[in-house]
Amino acid sequence: MAIALPRTRVTGAAPRGVAPGLAVTYLSLIVLLPMAALAWQTQKGGWSTFVDAVTAPDAAAALKLTLAAALIVAAINAIFGTLIAWVLVRDEFHGKAVVNSLIDLPFALPTIVAGLTLLTLYGPDSPIGLNVTYTRTAVVLALLFETLPFVIRSVQPVLHELDRDMEDAAASLGARGPVIFRRIILPNLLPAVVSGMALAFARAIGEFGSVVMISGNVPFSTEVASVHIFSQVSSDYEAGAAALSVVLLAISLTVLISLSLIQRWSSKHDR
Amino acid sequence: MIARLTLRFVALGYLGALLLVPVGIIVWHTFSGGLGPVWDAITAPEAVNALKLTLEIALVAVPLNTAFGILAALILVRTNMPGKALLSALVDLPFAVSPVVIGFTLILVYGQNGWFGAWFVDHGYPVIFSTPGMVLATIFVSLPFVAREVVPVLREIGTEQEQAAATLGATPLQTFRRITLPAIRWGVVYGVVLTTARAIGEYGAVAVVSGKVIGQTQTLTLRVQQSYENFDHAGAYAAALELAVIALATLFLMNLLHPRKDG
Amino acid sequence: MAISVQNVCKRFGDFVALEDIALEVPAGSLTALLGPSGSGKSTLLRVIAGLEKADSGDVFIGDIHATPLPAHRRDVGFVFQHYAAFKHMTVAKNIAFGLEIRKRPRAEVAERVDELIKLVQLEGFGDRYPSQLSGGQRQRMALARALAVEPEVLLLDEPFGALDARVRTELRAWLRRLHDEMHVTTVFVTHDQEEAMEVADTVVVMNRGRIVQEGNPQEVYDHPADEFVMHFMGHVNLIGDAYVRPHDVEIRVEPNGTTSPAVVRRVLRLGAQVRVELVVDGGEPVAAALSRDEADRLPLEPGEPVFVRPRRERRFAEPEAEPAKA
Repeated sequence: MAIALPRTRVTGAAPRGVAPGLAVTYLSLIVLLPMAALAWQTQKGGWSTFVDAVTAPDAAAALKLTLAAALIVAAINAIFGTLIAWVLVRDEFHGKAVVNSLIDLPFALPTIVAGLTLLTLYGPDSPIGLNVTYTRTAVVLALLFETLPFVIRSVQPVLHELDRDMEDAAASLGARGPVIFRRIILPNLLPAVVSGMALAFARAIGEFGSVVMISGNVPFSTEVASVHIFSQVSSDYEAGAAALSVVLLAISLTVLISLSLIQRWSSKHDR
Repeated sequence: MIARLTLRFVALGYLGALLLVPVGIIVWHTFSGGLGPVWDAITAPEAVNALKLTLEIALVAVPLNTAFGILAALILVRTNMPGKALLSALVDLPFAVSPVVIGFTLILVYGQNGWFGAWFVDHGYPVIFSTPGMVLATIFVSLPFVAREVVPVLREIGTEQEQAAATLGATPLQTFRRITLPAIRWGVVYGVVLTTARAIGEYGAVAVVSGKVIGQTQTLTLRVQQSYENFDHAGAYAAALELAVIALATLFLMNLLHPRKDG
Repeated sequence: MAISVQNVCKRFGDFVALEDIALEVPAGSLTALLGPSGSGKSTLLRVIAGLEKADSGDVFIGDIHATPLPAHRRDVGFVFQHYAAFKHMTVAKNIAFGLEIRKRPRAEVAERVDELIKLVQLEGFGDRYPSQLSGGQRQRMALARALAVEPEVLLLDEPFGALDARVRTELRAWLRRLHDEMHVTTVFVTHDQEEAMEVADTVVVMNRGRIVQEGNPQEVYDHPADEFVMHFMGHVNLIGDAYVRPHDVEIRVEPNGTTSPAVVRRVLRLGAQVRVELVVDGGEPVAAALSRDEADRLPLEPGEPVFVRPRRERRFAEPEAEPAKA
C-alpha cells in the first residue's frame, strides 16, 4: 500500500548542503561551458555564415558522406546484429561464451587501435591482398567495427526474455519457421533493433579515431564530417568548424532524444 | 539443422572478418619481428613518456569522474531537485558529441582566441596544446559512465535499508558510507572500469587539443597515429599492443563484474 | 516512554494521508494501528519515526519534542515490512549496527549481539547473510537489530505482512510475549483485524487519514463507532437496516415470534466452526457461524427450510444499539 504513494524523502543518502551545488558546478565547468562556447561561436557570424559554412562544397560533401555511411552502417547492423544476437542466444556451440564476451571489444578497444587494426588487415600491406584504404568502403568498414555491439547488446536481452510459448503456440497453429520468425519474433524484436540502430547511427555520425587512418581523408571522396572539422580546426577556420559541429550535434541529439521519447511512449503502451 | 548451421556460419564469419581476424593480425604483426624489437619499442623513452602521460591523465580524470558520477546518481535517484531532467540530459551529453567536437569546444574556451585562453597563457598555465587541455578533454568524454552504472543500482536497492540505518541512529553521512556505498560498490567499480578504459583509449578529443609535439604531449593513442604517419611502424604497433592489452583486461573485468546470462 | 501525536496533517500532492491526527500512546503499552490500504496508518508510524515529515502538527516522544529531530536522533526502533536487512552484512553485523554507530566498546557490542541472537532464537545464524535466511528469520533479525540499541519506543510497519500464515501466527504470539517481558512502548501497523485483536492492548482504527475509533480490542469489536469499523472488524450481515455478526445469527427448527423463515443454501464445515449460508424470506443472503455441536443438532442440508433471528444487532441510524431480546 505505502509503496504506491509518492514520498517526500527526509532520510537516506540524499545529497544535501553543498553537495548538489558541487555536482552542478563540475558539470557546468566540464560540459556546459564548452557547449556554451560552441553556441556563442556559431551565432557570432550570424545565419548567413552558418549556411555558407555548412553548404560549402567540401563541408556538404563530408556531411553527405557521413550521413550516408551512418545509414548504411545502421542498416547492416540491423541485419547482422540481429543475426549474431540470435546465434548467441538460441544456438549452442563450443566457445560461445568467449565469442559473447568479445562482442564488447569495440567498446573497450581505443578507436585509433581499431583503425590501425583494420589498416593492417585491409590496408596496403594486407596479408590477404585486400586493400580498401582511401575508399568509402573503408569508412563503412571502420564504422561497422565501432558500432558492432549496439544492436547485438540491445536485441540479446529481449530475445532471451522472449516467451518461447508464443513460438510454440504459433507452431501449434500451423505456422512454419520463417512465418514464426516474421510474424511472431520479429515484431517483438523490432523496438530493440531500432533502438540499437539509433545508437549505432548516433555513434557513427561523430566517429573519428577509427576512420582517420584508413579512409585517407580525401576531400569530396572519403573525408567524413568529424575529420573535416578536425582539419578546419587545424587551419583555424573556427566559424566553419563550429557550424559543422552544431549540425553533427543536432543530428545525434535529435536521434537520441527521439529514441528516448519513443521508448517512453512504448513502455507506457505496454502496460 | 542446416539453417541453424548456416546462421552460425554467417554470424561467426562476420564477427571473424570484422573483429577477430583483424585483432589477431595486429598481435601477429607486432611480434612478427620477434620479442626484442617489441620490447625496444615499448621501452623507448618516447613510448615510456606516452604511457606515463596516459596514466597521469587517467589518474586525474577517473577519480574526479567517479566522485562526480556517484554524486550525480544520488541526486538523480534520491532527491526531488528541480531541473533533474536537465541534469540527467547533461550527464548523458558527452555520449552524443563527437570527440572532435569536444576537443574543438575546449579550444573555443581555452584556446589562444578563446574565452579564457589568453588569461591562462598570461598566467603561465596554457591549457590547449598542453596537458591540462588533454585532461579536460578526457574528463569530458569519460564523464557519464559512473553515473550511468550507479543510477540503476541505486534504484534497485531502494531506500528501505537507508531508512533502517537512520532509525538506528546513523547520520546521513554514516548511512552513505556504511549502507549505500557498499550496496552500490560493484556498480561503481564497473563504472570505474569503463571510465578508465575510455580515459586511456580516447583519441579524437585529445588529438584536437594536443600540440602534437612528440614526447611532450603525446599519449599512447596519439603515439599510435603519429608513429604510423612517421613510418615508425614498430612504435605504432607497440603502443597499439599496450592499448589492446588494456582493452582486453577491461573486457575481462567487464565480464567478471557483469556476467551476461543471455549468452 | 509515552508517545503523543498532536494535530498532525500530511498530504502527498492532492492525497490527504493524515488529517488532524491526535493520538496518545501510554508508556509500556502495545498499540495496533489498524486500517485498510491508504488509511494513513503507515504514514502516521513513519511520522512518529521521523521517516516522514508532517506538514503540520507535533510529535512528542516522552518529554522530548521530536518534531524537529531527524530520524537518526529520535532513538526509536523501527521494523519494516520487507525487513530492510543490510544485505552486505552478516546477521551479527546487522544487529550490531546501531551499537557500532553509537561507538559502544567492542566487547559490549559482542555480548549484546549474543544476547539478542538468543532472544530472537537465531543461535548459530550469526555469521550468515540475510539472503541465507527465511522470511521469518529475517524479520526476527530485523527486530533484534531494532531492539539492540534499547529504544524507548518500538515501531513496526506491517511486520508480519510479507510472511506466510503459519509463521505469521507464531511471530504474533512471540511479539506479545516479548512485549510482556520488555515493556517497551510498542506501536505496530496492520491491516489484519485479527492480528490487531490478538496482539494489541489498544486498537486504533484509521480510515481515510483519520482516527475513527480507539479502545481495547473487545470494545472496538463489540461497540464499533460507525459502519466502517463494523465492517472492518469482521464479516457482518446487513438485514434491513440492522447489522448482525454471523455468530449472532440464531438458527431454529421451529419458529417463534421474532424469527424469519429462511432456506439453507450451503454448509461449510471448517473444523471447529461451521459456516451456513442462508437466504431469508425477502431473498437477502445471510451468513451464520455455528459451533460444530450446535450445527450437529440442526438439520442443515441445502434446501432445508429453517427459521433465523438475530441474537444481537446493531443499527447506526439510532444513537445506541440494543441487544435484541431473547
